[in-house]
This record gives sequence, C-alpha cells and structure tokens, in this order.
Amino acid sequence: MSAAAEGASGGFVLSHLDALESEAVHIFREVAGEFERPVILFSGGKDSILMLHLALKAFAPAAIPFSLLHVDTGHNFPEVLEYRDRVVAAHGLRLHVASVQDYIDRGVLRERPDGTRNPLQTLPLTEKIQAERFDAVFGGGRRDEEKARAKERVFSLRDEFSQWDPRRQRPELWNLYNGRHAPGEHVRVFPLSNWTELDVWQYIARERIELPQIYYAHHREVFRRGGMWLTAGEWGGPRDGEAVEKRQVRYRTVGDMSCTGAVDSDADTIDKVIAEIAASRLTERGATRADDRLSEAAMEDRKREGYF
Amino acid sequence: MTVDTLRFATAGSVDDGKSTLVGRLLHDSKSVLTDQLEAVEHASRNRGQDAPDLALLTDGLRAEREQGITIDVAYRYFATPRRRFILADTPGHVQYTRNMVTGASTAELTIILVDARNGVVEQTRRHAAVAALLQVPWVVLAVNKMDLVDYEQQRFEEIVEDFAGHAAELGLPGFTPVPVSALVGDNVVERSAHMDWYEGPALLEFLETVPVGTEAADAPARFPVQYVIRDGEVRYYAGQLASGSLRVGDRVTVHPSGETTEITGIDVLGTAQQVAYAPQSISVRLADERDVSRGDMITAGASPTLTRTITANACHLADRPLRIGDRVLVRHTTRTVRAIVKDLAGAAELTTNDLARITLHTADPLTLDDYTTCRRTGAFILIDPADGATLTAGMAVVDSAG
Repeated sequence: MSAAAEGASGGFVLSHLDALESEAVHIFREVAGEFERPVILFSGGKDSILMLHLALKAFAPAAIPFSLLHVDTGHNFPEVLEYRDRVVAAHGLRLHVASVQDYIDRGVLRERPDGTRNPLQTLPLTEKIQAERFDAVFGGGRRDEEKARAKERVFSLRDEFSQWDPRRQRPELWNLYNGRHAPGEHVRVFPLSNWTELDVWQYIARERIELPQIYYAHHREVFRRGGMWLTAGEWGGPRDGEAVEKRQVRYRTVGDMSCTGAVDSDADTIDKVIAEIAASRLTERGATRADDRLSEAAMEDRKREGYF
Repeated sequence: MTVDTLRFATAGSVDDGKSTLVGRLLHDSKSVLTDQLEAVEHASRNRGQDAPDLALLTDGLRAEREQGITIDVAYRYFATPRRRFILADTPGHVQYTRNMVTGASTAELTIILVDARNGVVEQTRRHAAVAALLQVPWVVLAVNKMDLVDYEQQRFEEIVEDFAGHAAELGLPGFTPVPVSALVGDNVVERSAHMDWYEGPALLEFLETVPVGTEAADAPARFPVQYVIRDGEVRYYAGQLASGSLRVGDRVTVHPSGETTEITGIDVLGTAQQVAYAPQSISVRLADERDVSRGDMITAGASPTLTRTITANACHLADRPLRIGDRVLVRHTTRTVRAIVKDLAGAAELTTNDLARITLHTADPLTLDDYTTCRRTGAFILIDPADGATLTAGMAVVDSAG
C-alpha cells in the first residue's frame, strides 16, 4: 500500500494501481451486499488469480463470501490445475467444476474439426449457473483486451441463456451499479474492467502474487500452427507435417491448450515480463489466441452466445 | 514519481471526426499495437479506402462497423510516461445525450468537439449543458478540421467566442479551446506547424498536465457503508470513502439514525492506518456496538441533508417515459429506497434524453448532499421496480439553507 500522494490543489490523488484496486474492491463488496449466490469464474489464469487476490483483500479478516467455478475444457495445462487445487485448499474455498469433457462423453457437445474447445465452454457454463442458481458471476474480462469487450458494462445482465445483447445494455453511471434481475437471469460482473495487461502485471509484482510457472520463460516442446507455438499434447497436436521442437517460451494468457499459444521469451522473472509487455507491439489476444483471429467479430459473437 | 489517472470523455456531433480524433490520440501516443493497426488497415482496404480509417479502432461491434456509426460508450486505455488515461468514447448520434451523461458521470475532463466549418451547433450546446449539469471539472473545446478552413485564426476565435457565450449562460466555470486537425494530426499529440498564431498546448499535452484529484482537502467526510465484515465479535464496516478523509479518533455521525460515535480503527486493505482518503476502499471500526448496516452513511464535517423529498436535475435515459405518479426505486450510494415521482417541472412526462428538474417523494429518508458539493453523494439513479431497467440519472439540488 503506497501512501496517497498530495495533489496539485491540496486534494489527494491515488496512484493508478491503488485507484484500480480500490475500484475492484468496491465492486466485490457491492456484489456481496446485493446478491444471494455469487461465484467467481476461476481458470487458474492470471486475471482470475488477480480477482481472487482482490476478493480476499476485500473481505479480510473474514473469509470471502463466494465460491469458485472452473469451466474445465479437458485440455488443461497440468501446472495450472495443480495451482488451482493448491489455492482452493490453502484458502478453504469451495470449487465447482463444469466439465466440457462430460458433455462430449454424454454426446451433448461434439468435438469441433479444428480441435479447439474454447467455444464449447458456453453450454456447460450456462447450465452450471442455472443448476446452482448463481445470480452474480465474476469474470476476469478486461475492456482493453478486445474491442467488443470495450463496450461491456461492469454489471452485465444476462438472460437465462446467458446471452449478451449489446444494444440493450443498461447505462452505468458514477459508481452506481444496477444489479436488479429477474429469476433465471444473472449478472456477469467484471471487477477488472478498467485494468490493462500491464496494470495486471505491475500489481502482481507489487503484491508478490504467485502465478503458475508457465507464465514465465521455460523450455517446452512446441510446434507451429496458425503462426503460434502450441504445446504438444493428447488434445490433438501435432498433426502430420507439424514438426515438434524445443524452445524457450512463456504464456501471456492461459486458456484451452488447443488454442492458446506461447510466445518466444527469455522473461523468467516478473520484472523481465513487465519489460517485455511494455515493449511488445502485439496485444495479448493477438499474440496468443487462435479463436480471436477467426473474424473481426469473433469475441462479440461468442459473448452474445453467453461466453465469459 | 506516482503515476496517476485521468478519466476523460469525448463528445461530438455526427461527422465531427470524433472517432478519428480518438484514433489519432491512440495512434500518435503509440498506444495502438501492430495487430490492431493491421486489422484496421485490412478492414479499411476491404471498404475501398486507401489510408487506414482510424475510426475503426474504436468501433467495436459488428453493427457499428457495418453501419459506420458508433452505438455505445466504449472505454479506451492508454498511457504516456506522465499519466495513465481512461477514455469514455461516447457516440454522437441518436442516444447522444444519454451516452454523454454516462461517459461524463465518471469523467474529470470532457472534450467537446466541433467542426470548424460548422461552428457551434445545437448538439454542441447540448454537450456543454451536460458538462455543466454533470459538473465535469475540466472542459476542452476542440475545434476540429482546421485544415479545411485554411488554419484561419479568425474562424477559430469566432467559434471560441460563440461557445464562451453559451458556456457562461449554462454556468460552465471555464474551458480550454484547442484548434486541431485530427485527420492530419495538428495539435493532437504534436504542436502544429500550420498554426503559428496558437500558443497553447497540444491536446495531449493538456491532458497530461491538467490537475486531477481536485477535491478540497477539507471536504466533509462521507462514508457509505457497503458491507459489514464480521470477525468473531468484531465488526468492520466496509466501504469506499466518497468524499473527504477519516482519522482514527474522529467523532462521526451515523445516518439515518443520527447517532454519534468514534472511529477506533481504520484498515486500508490489510494495513492499519491512522487516516484514509477518498476514494480509498477501507473498513472502519466504531467505538460502540451500533446497529449499522449496508445503506447507512457515516459522516464527519458539514452535515448532509436528511430528507424524503428530493429535488434534482435529471436526465432521462430509458426509452419508456417517466411520468408523474410513477413508482420507482431510487439508488443512492449503497441505499435503495422506494419513491413516487411528484413533479417534472411542469412537464407531463420525460422522454429519452430530456433534461429537467424533478421532485421525488421517498418512502425512507436519504442522506443527501448537493451534487455540486459532492458528486458521489449527490448522484442517484431511478430504477423501474418491475424489470430493473435503469430509467433516469439524477443530481440532487439541496437548498443550502435547508
């Protein structure tokens, strides 16, 4: 906690990280005060780890009044699952899992020809929300990530199919969040709306938050597909003609193994990661997410259908 | 050096070149990354344009790109070594008042854009009225497309003079005029070589240096209770300081009960502190065990007004009208109360984008400040109890004698 600096006119000005932290904590507490059954979407990625850290701070010294929900694509990085289970145990949290593999095994969902399971997460997520009657669902989405997300509210109303309708969004003024919803509807809440990728890393450094090791440079067997380095694995890669090689890489985002690419990097400490991001000329999604390269409106379309 | 944040909003009429200006700010401050620029270049070529259309950087939704319009408020993030910026980019057509009110509600500065060829138009006056109503501390008048009026000083000064007349009428405290060409890049990030007669800062230079956090150090303390954290027998009252500061040992009043007590401890997210300032999120402990819960407000300094009759300046946001006799919910700080619409300043109903003075009668008292004194504790929204829609934005007018 850095001290508040004195502003030009004698008022007090928070540093940009303190202001973001204060805003996110305010959002967590609003939800705790207004909703019956909130849940945090927790993938083990840096944004969800950051959400959990902020939630712990918001309610300390008491426990956080939410459980966690992981939508498990079945294509997980083992380091991330291990991290997830360790964190859940350390804080005595309750973890719900919605499994894409279950849906495929039951024949409800079908594997896509390209092998990616990212778009398949929407149905298990929606049905878990309905079954558990979650009324507020925290997501780690940030407005700087993608242009459709730039138009997302902090409190985003979803119908019983989890659908997002950008033309029917409620205006959101001051810090007055309107969480009213009908039975069967829920509200997606984005406490990191105003954070950028660099803010996330600077805050992780400041707070010394532990992340899964795959965020830092390491050697791993990868192959090239669609201009990205993908990790070889049981999910379906490499295919014929795709050569595997050992490279020094790190992950900028962590999602489904089949569509999350690694970047060449020697950033093995957090300071090096921050320097690398500050100098990068590619956005994190542009560099590492195959699913967002499909079309100009790929994210908008997934969001309309109820994606995170 | 501490890097702080400026939240600002843009407002302009259709075809004033607002998206181009925003695109130029992002592009020239090197906030646009290669893959974003490539996507814009690709999309521009598909539309048969030679140069990248920077407006496409900010039009995020499919319908926006197809129709070449901006539908909704979009938030943009960029940084310079001196400051970090959060931009609420508000579209200039149909719902422009509603969108601008939304964007301006959290802004410390607003850029009002005019086309140098057209000068001040009806929408410009509307934008100035909203900036005055929302009490945005800083206003920039960006006179755009100076390249199309041969960079003429006289034209610029005519527009500034015209706008100044309206600003005075509306009670805008002041504004900073800047002549720009967003398309060419004059005076956006770099000072223009085309306008020797202009001695002021380029737009970005002004955004980087305008003071933020302008609340007076002696502002009264306002602490709406959000949530009660219980740790065994101990209760921590959690919330975000809306105004002023709180110190351990301060005598405070809890509203609406009116009981007084003392602050015995302040926790700023895991660190015990002697003092906290707005807008920090904190939790406090009180000397006596009181029945304090979400929706109450802890205050020190000048007393707020406790009332069941609210007079306010309002902007109606919803498509459905607001009528006298309507039953609504008032959401004010962390408190929600039922209310009836009593008066609409002579009008029978308010429709979308109407600005008017309204009067409400509430079922329970609210702890109000005049909006011009404290934005956070003077602001409220009206909600339709039937379906939860956000209807109206309100800014309380509190008679200082009362």
